[in-house]
Amino acid sequence: MLDLEFMRLAFGAGIVVGLLAPAVGFFLVQRRLSLVGDGIGHVAFAGVALGYLLNLPLVLTALAVSVAGGLSIEWIRARRRTAGDQALALVFYTGIAGGVVLVSAAGALNVNLFQFLFGSILTVTRGDLAVIAALGACALVLVALLYRPLVAVVVDEEGARVAGLPVALLNSLTVALAAVTIALSMRIVGILLIAALMVLPVIAASRIAWSMRSTIVLGMGIGLGSVLTGITVAYYANLPPGATTVLVAAATVLIAETWSAVRG
Amino acid sequence: MPLALRLDDTSFSYGHGPPVLRDVDFEVDRGEFVAIAGPNGGGKTTLVRLVVRLEEPTSGRVEVFTRKIGYLPQRAQAGIDAPLTVRELVTAGRASRTRLFGPLAGADREAVRQAIDRVDLTPQADRRLATLSGGQQQRAFIAKALAAEPELLVLDEPTTGVDVEAQDAIAALLQRLRDELGMTVLYVSHEFGAVERFVERLVLVRGGIVFDGPPSALPGVWHDPSHTHA
Repeated sequence: MLDLEFMRLAFGAGIVVGLLAPAVGFFLVQRRLSLVGDGIGHVAFAGVALGYLLNLPLVLTALAVSVAGGLSIEWIRARRRTAGDQALALVFYTGIAGGVVLVSAAGALNVNLFQFLFGSILTVTRGDLAVIAALGACALVLVALLYRPLVAVVVDEEGARVAGLPVALLNSLTVALAAVTIALSMRIVGILLIAALMVLPVIAASRIAWSMRSTIVLGMGIGLGSVLTGITVAYYANLPPGATTVLVAAATVLIAETWSAVRG
Repeated sequence: MPLALRLDDTSFSYGHGPPVLRDVDFEVDRGEFVAIAGPNGGGKTTLVRLVVRLEEPTSGRVEVFTRKIGYLPQRAQAGIDAPLTVRELVTAGRASRTRLFGPLAGADREAVRQAIDRVDLTPQADRRLATLSGGQQQRAFIAKALAAEPELLVLDEPTTGVDVEAQDAIAALLQRLRDELGMTVLYVSHEFGAVERFVERLVLVRGGIVFDGPPSALPGVWHDPSHTHA
């Protein structure tokens, strides 16, 4: 399997995505914003369509549009004039509708969009891997460096605000990191399923962890294991890698829930 | 005694609704332990949210002269599903004082350890918050507020949901902390029986300040019988 270059590229991208998605997803899940990843994923579709229209690298246009979409959700939510789910719905549907219009305008409705929506092992190029590795490493380092203030905000947002932490900036950074994660993950997991990889490993980890830090570390381990298992199974069974990865991650939630219930 | 904070002719409304607070004049000296009580909906939470700048007054002026504020919000609970140890919670309260990047400095670790020790939770420091009693959890949140070494500590109904003994213990703890650390303490409670033995000043809020003085000057019918002590 590893004799094939496309598999080596897929595993390379998968390692970055498997570690990064739960590390960023942790902060979304704890802020009860698990579905923000889904919303940004739909916006990423518009980014892919824009890439087709302008003939630009799809990862980069998806990245730019995802970050803009994520920041829009956070901006609307933070102004408190619109409920969080309404802000999400606005960006969610605008993203998917905008994507369809842009793809149509680019005359690319016959392009195989399925691979972006649900992931494909065959689509990771060397250039993609370089971008995914570089931006993924930057995002992971940023999470590690800003771990304490990010945690302070998710534990008690108002307390953090009173203490003088730049809460709005940290919240915007969290959704920007989520947008980066989604844009980087769309080749492997697909933009409609990547949010699951940000959420499910964190849920599984929180059932078996003993502290917040161990939740993040275990979540990253579960995310990595899910992606590597998903890609391997997808290769041998000729299945879509994104869906297979998400089903593996969902299975870890069931196992962790069972283990937690048995442990009492 | 220098002032810790001052509200000058302050009014507040949510949106275009009726005023929650009207024409409030209120001063607190540094080092005072002040209980703020009143009925639900009377405006006491709004008053302290103005003090900690989570709300801006509709009219009037709010001035706070202390640099560092510790705040324990109403129904404080960790806003996360993941397991959280007492030490992790208290460390989160230190985040505004630590350097942004890199490992926690020795002085910050010591400040966290001291905050946990001050609320007598050292044996539980590495236990998960969810495994502690309601009173212990509230003390952990007080330690979180203490971790940044605040000059003004604002607690909004810190004893909601805990039994009378735990309420008395928390009020006594706050008095001790005020005496040891010289902090100014604002303590909001809708049942002020828990604190009236410990504070020198009680403020009753109902749309404005309707009583401000020592608890001994409070009309007898207002005292809370659930906290009578022989």
